[in-house]
Amino acid sequence: MKKLATLLGLLLSFSSHAEYGLNFPDPVTDIGQEIYDVHMFTMWIATVALIIVFAIMLFALIKFRKSKGYKADQNFHKTWFGNWAWVLVPVMVLGVDFWIAGRAQSTLDKFWDAPKQNCAHENADAKHCFDMNIKVIGHQWWWEYEFPEHGVDFNGKFYPIKVESRPLEEEDASEGNYLRDVDNVLVIPVDTVIRYLNTSVDVLHAWWLPEFGFKRDAIPGYILETWATVRKEGIFRGQCAELCGTWHAKMPIVVKAVSKDEFKQWIESEKAKLLAELKDANSNKDWSKDELMVKGKKVYDTMCAGCHNVNGQGLGVAFPALKGSPIALGSANQHIDIVLNGKKTMPGWKHLSDVDLSAVITYERNAWGNNASVVKPADIKSAR
Amino acid sequence: MTTTTMDIAHDNDHHDDHGPQKGWRRWVYSNNHKDIGSMYLIFSLVMLILGGASAMAIRAELMYPGLQLLEPDLYNNIVTNHALVMVFGAVMPAAAGLANWMIPLMIGAPDMALPRMNNLSFWLLPAAAIMLVLSFIVPFFPGGGSQINTGWTLYPPLSLQVGMAMDFLIFTVHLLGVSSVLASINIIVTIFNMRAPSMTLWNMPIFVWTWLVTAFLLILILPVLAGGVTMLLFDRHLGTSFFDAAGGGDPVLFQHLFWFFGHPEVYVLLLPSIGVLSHIIPAFSYKPLFGRKSMIGAMILLASIGMVVWAHHQYTIGMSSAAVSYFMIGTILISIPVGLMKFNFIATMWRASMTFEAPMLFAISIVAMFVFGGLTGVMLAIVPADLQYQDTMFVVAHFHYVLMPGAVMALFAGVLYWLPKWTGNMYNEKLANWFFWTSLIGFNGTFFVQHFLGLAGMPRRIVDYPVQFTEFNFISSVAALIYGLSHILFLYLVIQTIRGKGTTKAKSRSWKGAKGLEWEVASPAPFHTWDSAPTVDAEGEIKQK
Repeated sequence: MKKLATLLGLLLSFSSHAEYGLNFPDPVTDIGQEIYDVHMFTMWIATVALIIVFAIMLFALIKFRKSKGYKADQNFHKTWFGNWAWVLVPVMVLGVDFWIAGRAQSTLDKFWDAPKQNCAHENADAKHCFDMNIKVIGHQWWWEYEFPEHGVDFNGKFYPIKVESRPLEEEDASEGNYLRDVDNVLVIPVDTVIRYLNTSVDVLHAWWLPEFGFKRDAIPGYILETWATVRKEGIFRGQCAELCGTWHAKMPIVVKAVSKDEFKQWIESEKAKLLAELKDANSNKDWSKDELMVKGKKVYDTMCAGCHNVNGQGLGVAFPALKGSPIALGSANQHIDIVLNGKKTMPGWKHLSDVDLSAVITYERNAWGNNASVVKPADIKSAR
Repeated sequence: MTTTTMDIAHDNDHHDDHGPQKGWRRWVYSNNHKDIGSMYLIFSLVMLILGGASAMAIRAELMYPGLQLLEPDLYNNIVTNHALVMVFGAVMPAAAGLANWMIPLMIGAPDMALPRMNNLSFWLLPAAAIMLVLSFIVPFFPGGGSQINTGWTLYPPLSLQVGMAMDFLIFTVHLLGVSSVLASINIIVTIFNMRAPSMTLWNMPIFVWTWLVTAFLLILILPVLAGGVTMLLFDRHLGTSFFDAAGGGDPVLFQHLFWFFGHPEVYVLLLPSIGVLSHIIPAFSYKPLFGRKSMIGAMILLASIGMVVWAHHQYTIGMSSAAVSYFMIGTILISIPVGLMKFNFIATMWRASMTFEAPMLFAISIVAMFVFGGLTGVMLAIVPADLQYQDTMFVVAHFHYVLMPGAVMALFAGVLYWLPKWTGNMYNEKLANWFFWTSLIGFNGTFFVQHFLGLAGMPRRIVDYPVQFTEFNFISSVAALIYGLSHILFLYLVIQTIRGKGTTKAKSRSWKGAKGLEWEVASPAPFHTWDSAPTVDAEGEIKQK
């Protein structure tokens, strides 16, 4: 018992910086700081309460023992204390409870409801508005980020910038950032109010950066809001916090917070990249089957695998298998029609480009042992 | 009514036709509360070894970063099984075993009210255990589908992706639920109808009270779990979309159903153990329990509040601020009944004349560790801070600090306390002390450091972790090995006491300070006891003529 008390004391004295990480990492957001303060507040109360209880127990254990010849007081429970302890104790506990709950509630009021309006909006409440949104989309087992306000116009349509953030295939478990690196990091500006919109395309995930101070689930069919203003430049690492299947342990989150200027530059370079891709996709280039397969896998894994499964084997009764399915192996026109217009629970995918659609249909017709015709972008164009 | 207890015990020794059936029939056809209680306890011990072995596998994998022993899906499968085996296989049957053995003895009843149903509710358990083991191993056979990688919470949509093993698990839950509901009905009927006529509800022993409250809790919550998993089954096979967003369903609905069961379930695990401590602490303090009536009030309050705070397991699902405030304040208020119970235990030790036999050593350490676990529970109830703690090793450390002392160790203490009554032999005190100290050190070494891991950012249920968490995981794994091995001492201790070699004979009142009707019958307790009801006084003791 005493060991616990000393170790908890140790925890507090090492609270901010320690080799092994005994407490929350230093928060880098305003909300994170608030949360850190509430955490320390409660922990101090808990520690003091623990020490008091242990001290009383220790005293009793030393003093009231038969081996010391202490005679038991058979009427202790009938004294005034015994008669009224059932009132005294709950009142004391209730007092501490309200102290803690009051503090927690005031913190909660400050941040629980995410701002609803963009600061650029003329009627926006300047104290409670956001500068930009980032959509956080959980996948088995990687993260996708989307910038709804940042993107390019192409052929009269708006294409937001997307970042696909997949874990690196490193194998050395002794290395510093083992399980903590991704191929594409999420870049965000500092001193900017960002609203995060979390959702998922397959199972439950949770987006968690300890330095930001909070985590929020990513639930299919839901969009959950959180918001934070990062005050410090740097690279921050977290990981998925809700069990999401086989590779749950390998779903890192890496955020790089940069200055506003640097962020602008990054956005511009992303825009240029996106524009080049779009041009490429819409040119009259003749796509080979191999090119379509590579592109198709990417589209499939992002858009279709949530229901039809990465291995094309479907999911339950509602989501049929594509592997060996009569549609994927049958006439191309019927296949194109279903993908374009949907069927029952399956939504239509008209909003995808001709190249993406032809690629994904080709992929579905030729992956997992399927062997059927190739579909070219021109086929989609004529089917629309 | 005038028959004295010694006569009853004496009487039974001479009536062989009242004895048990011979051979396997004695157990399979048993209607006797003592035999069924023993079977519950033995079943629980087997499950404890199974659950303990899975815990060892988990800690072995987590000893170092990197994948060493287990594939990720196998790891998740073991994590799922560890929880289910421990909760449904080890703790609940052990508590039911104590209930079967002790409730009739304590209230002066000859047996449980519904002895045949008692037999059924036990024998459903091995069937459920077989289904549970099948759910674990079936993926390793050709065509067996994928492994259960959801954790015991079985959250969809992940649980919709799992292969047929999930269906085995769903039926396991159904069987376990039926078994527990039947046992609960039996306990309620027994307590209300079979008490010695002179025993009022107020002077009924606290252990019996805790089981009365527990039985009501079980009947209220288990059907909700059964409904939830049945909806899961329908989603998997009959094309419904209760939990499937693509079909208009709601994945979060399952979380509410699960935790409406899952949170009160914690009190189902804890309450019988509170009852056990309420007998052990006064016995070795040589004075009555402090605040008997407040104890009863506190357990009813605990069960009532416990029913309506379930969503504190789900602070990160994006509830409204009004909802999270309600669940936060409700959860913090749990500290009132729990605080009162722990206070009563400490006040019982105050101005007492304590002796330190193994059950008392356990009881004291349980009170201390439970207070610690309860305080981290208050921390977890705080919504803003919980956004960090949620789904980290901090949570793992917290619930092991309440469930391990609060449920498991208290059951060990109860077994040691009543073993002399069951077997007629005193256990080996020295060995029991060894068991206590090794398990105390092992347990704290395993779980204390996990608080740090959680705060520093290690999520739970991960098979592999970044290198910054290596040191504490290593400590935790080494201590877990000590903790796991310490249970061999317990096993040996129990077998030694049953065989009675190298032990001393127990008196009918095996502990000098022990109070209650169970100590009025001989040790070992004869096959039939309390053929005629005793008359008790206001303290619940036999009225001396």
